[in-house]
Amino acid sequence: MSRLGNLGHRLHRGEVAYDFVGKRRLWYGVSILITLVAVIGLVVNGLKLSIEFSGGAVFTTPKSSLSVSEVQNKIAGDTGSSTAVVQKLGTGSLRIQISDVGTAEAAQIQSKIATDLGLKSQDINEQVVGPSWGQEISNKAIEGLVIFMILVTIYLAIAFEWRKAVAAVIALIHDLTITVGVYAIVGFEVSPGTVIGLLTVLGYSLYDTVVVFDGLKETTKDITKQNRFTYSELANRSLNQTLVRSINTTVVALLPVAALLFVGGGLLGAGMLNDIALSLFVGLAAGAYSSIFIATPLVADLKERDPEIKALKKRVLAKRAADARKAETATDEPQDADQADDDEEAEGAHPAAAGAVSGQRNQPASRSRSKNRPSGKRR
Amino acid sequence: MAAPKKGRRSSGSQGYPGRALAAILLAMVALTGGMFLSGHTTPRLGIDLAGGTSITLTAKSNQPNAINKTNMNTAVDIINRRVNGLGVSEAEVQTQGSNNIIVNIPKGTNSKQAEEQVGTTAQLYFRPVLAMAANTSASASASPSASASGSASPSASASPSAKSTSSASAAPSASSTKQGRAVTDGLKAASATASASASATPPASPSPSASATASTGTLDTSIPNDLATKFTALDCSNAKERANLNLNAKPTDKIVACSQDGTEKYILGVSAVDGKNVSKASSGYDTQQGNGWIVTLSFDGTGSKDFSKITSQLSQQTDPNNRFAITLDNEVVSAPSVTTTLSGSAEIYGSFTQTSAEDLSNVLSYGSLPLTFDKSDVTTVSPAVGGEQLHGGLIAGAVGLALVVLYLLAYYRGLSFVAVLSLVVSAALTYTIMALLGPAIGFALNLPAVCGAIVAIGITADSFIVFFERIRDELREGRSLQPAVARGWPRARRTILVSDFVSFLSAAVLFVVSVSKVQGFAFTLGLTTLLDVAVVFLFTKPLMTILARRKFYASGHPWSGLDPRALGVQPPLRRVRRPAARSEVKEA
Repeated sequence: MSRLGNLGHRLHRGEVAYDFVGKRRLWYGVSILITLVAVIGLVVNGLKLSIEFSGGAVFTTPKSSLSVSEVQNKIAGDTGSSTAVVQKLGTGSLRIQISDVGTAEAAQIQSKIATDLGLKSQDINEQVVGPSWGQEISNKAIEGLVIFMILVTIYLAIAFEWRKAVAAVIALIHDLTITVGVYAIVGFEVSPGTVIGLLTVLGYSLYDTVVVFDGLKETTKDITKQNRFTYSELANRSLNQTLVRSINTTVVALLPVAALLFVGGGLLGAGMLNDIALSLFVGLAAGAYSSIFIATPLVADLKERDPEIKALKKRVLAKRAADARKAETATDEPQDADQADDDEEAEGAHPAAAGAVSGQRNQPASRSRSKNRPSGKRR
Repeated sequence: MAAPKKGRRSSGSQGYPGRALAAILLAMVALTGGMFLSGHTTPRLGIDLAGGTSITLTAKSNQPNAINKTNMNTAVDIINRRVNGLGVSEAEVQTQGSNNIIVNIPKGTNSKQAEEQVGTTAQLYFRPVLAMAANTSASASASPSASASGSASPSASASPSAKSTSSASAAPSASSTKQGRAVTDGLKAASATASASASATPPASPSPSASATASTGTLDTSIPNDLATKFTALDCSNAKERANLNLNAKPTDKIVACSQDGTEKYILGVSAVDGKNVSKASSGYDTQQGNGWIVTLSFDGTGSKDFSKITSQLSQQTDPNNRFAITLDNEVVSAPSVTTTLSGSAEIYGSFTQTSAEDLSNVLSYGSLPLTFDKSDVTTVSPAVGGEQLHGGLIAGAVGLALVVLYLLAYYRGLSFVAVLSLVVSAALTYTIMALLGPAIGFALNLPAVCGAIVAIGITADSFIVFFERIRDELREGRSLQPAVARGWPRARRTILVSDFVSFLSAAVLFVVSVSKVQGFAFTLGLTTLLDVAVVFLFTKPLMTILARRKFYASGHPWSGLDPRALGVQPPLRRVRRPAARSEVKEA
């Protein structure tokens, strides 16, 4: 673990860095590819909707030694025109799904099944769903989705700025597409539980994104008052600095969900727990990916179009060219970036930075180091 | 070392960590105390965990604005009445979202019957009263009702007040059949005063001719013999008997019925006015005539016509035949007497209290409720499976919590002590609040709510990670622990607040727009997010401030999770540079 801690430190210092922002086109490409695959999967396979969406009845028997085919034979005559789908659950109980039955018929079928399987009627769990119910749940979900998107865009635009809000929402849509795509391609059943999970992903995926953006906001606070780094470079640095944090929060968020998935799938068989956990798991993983690889690079992209930031980029590039001409030795090392921070106490000195001190001294006087301290604190 | 000096300074600027800790501990003690005092030491379990039947009804209407809060609440009242009237214990009925009603019927008691009841549409009719009597159990029916017949009270048996002239045939200690005939006789006599044609009807025959004559203008008050027998045998205090009483009765049948509280029983004529023709009903306090609480109702066109017809007939009768019964699902809600012919609107007065007046007006409004309900979702869970699901959820929670604790322990070592304690505090608060919310706002823990609580473990732990990583960042800058905590906090705080706000926003939106089980999930998620903020502010941060003074953490013990070497800070350099750095910090 200390090695990971070390990595955290080196990421913080900028000694190790992955150029997320620089290679953004690669990751945009990857994301577009994934999205395309998801959309194609959705179009070709479609979503496998659970009985809640089409209407019908689900009966769950207590633990039983009967096999699936035995049950199918026994209840063959009970269900009238509709066919029954029989599943054996992890607990040994049986799940019998019958589509297109109303409430009244379901009660009759239940008692028939009970007599055929030699069970008491009240031991059988029954769920009967009207045909419009699933539709209503999905409509509500979409309504919630839209309201949430609007509110969160407004909030993020106030808390950060509109560019970040746009990037966050794009990342969010990206997560949802991936999750839906995974469901279409793998053929997991979509139940109201899945919808719940998906809606929760909204909040959670943004949690990650917000943590990253917060770091970004801090790193780039006084960006126009310096001309050593472009916005993209600082964005990338901030991303690398918060990388450990992002990984940790994601892992810790995924662990309980994994436990739910394991217990929900392993012990209880199919059911609400399993459905929620599965969509959460897929969505959270996609959310972690998108907040690092998509959201921040998008912000950088949008920002670079801002005239002020454009001007900064020009200044930075011009200065670098000038520096390169002036002195062969004084190249801007990215790991020196701490000094661009407004942190007044960068004196937790790192030898690696020593070579760049001259660069520091060349800073214009206007550059505001905080609290009136002379910038040449390094003696 | 520099630490002590800094420590004083930072503790001054950070307030009093002890107070915050004391506050949250006090809150915990208060909540736990409240929990034990109120006797609700476990959260109320939802149907899917405790077993039972849960029915979701979706309102449908062909009128655009019919699905509104008032109508839905009226419907909830009515359904509540019907379900709980069956003797089902603790069935709960509540609206959810804008157009759904959830009916939860716990395991046991005639849940099957309740389920059927919920499905059928409630029917409101105005029927003329043919006879009424105080309820008595079937075996003892003869004598008490006979003695009651001597009195003039309206709740007494029908015969005496109905006719003063004819034979007071309600002889004491009459047999049940005799008693029945006595009533019939009495009513016949009563009807004789109103209409000769009806009086000609032999009491023993159900007599279609009688009803035929009645429909031509006069009231048909004849009572078929089988009804009379049924009436005498009827015991309204027996819930089961009442529930089965008029299962297949049509509005065009004469019926025997019980009052809703089961204290009176009635024989009722064919329906005179359909409840659907009530256009409006309200309750109010009558200040002008001093009648106390009254219920006002008005009818639409058809209703007015029918109502004026029946009241003109009824007003010529004597008690109790001048009464009409307002029946909901064939139970008598109220049976006011009529003195004059009424048409478009009417007032009902009597010994109403505010509640009973409102109840009656609600029932009457139901007649005009332009809503029908579809069963959208019916879920029956046997207690065994409910227990299994609860068990599964608890195991999942325990495993999830253990995994998170192990990860934190491995990665943050000593720091995880703070995180784990905070998680424990958070869990304790969540549990006690859930337990208390059960009786307070009817919160019931269902499976999605359990799921939400488990997912919340991750969200809560994330806040600690944000804080810890901040502290480590500050340590990497070369600070010692106490200033690192002091400086790391404001930034971590902002991140935590912003991200928790987003989390809470999603939970709130989910709660407002969602239906059914989703709400339970959203509720727990929102609750735990709020608690997360409280715990981080009032527990984690103060605890961290206090622990930062301890040598184990402050000196960066290898197991503290704050070892500068493990974090990659080179100690020798730090030692050399620190004195200069310190003076700068002071200015900052």
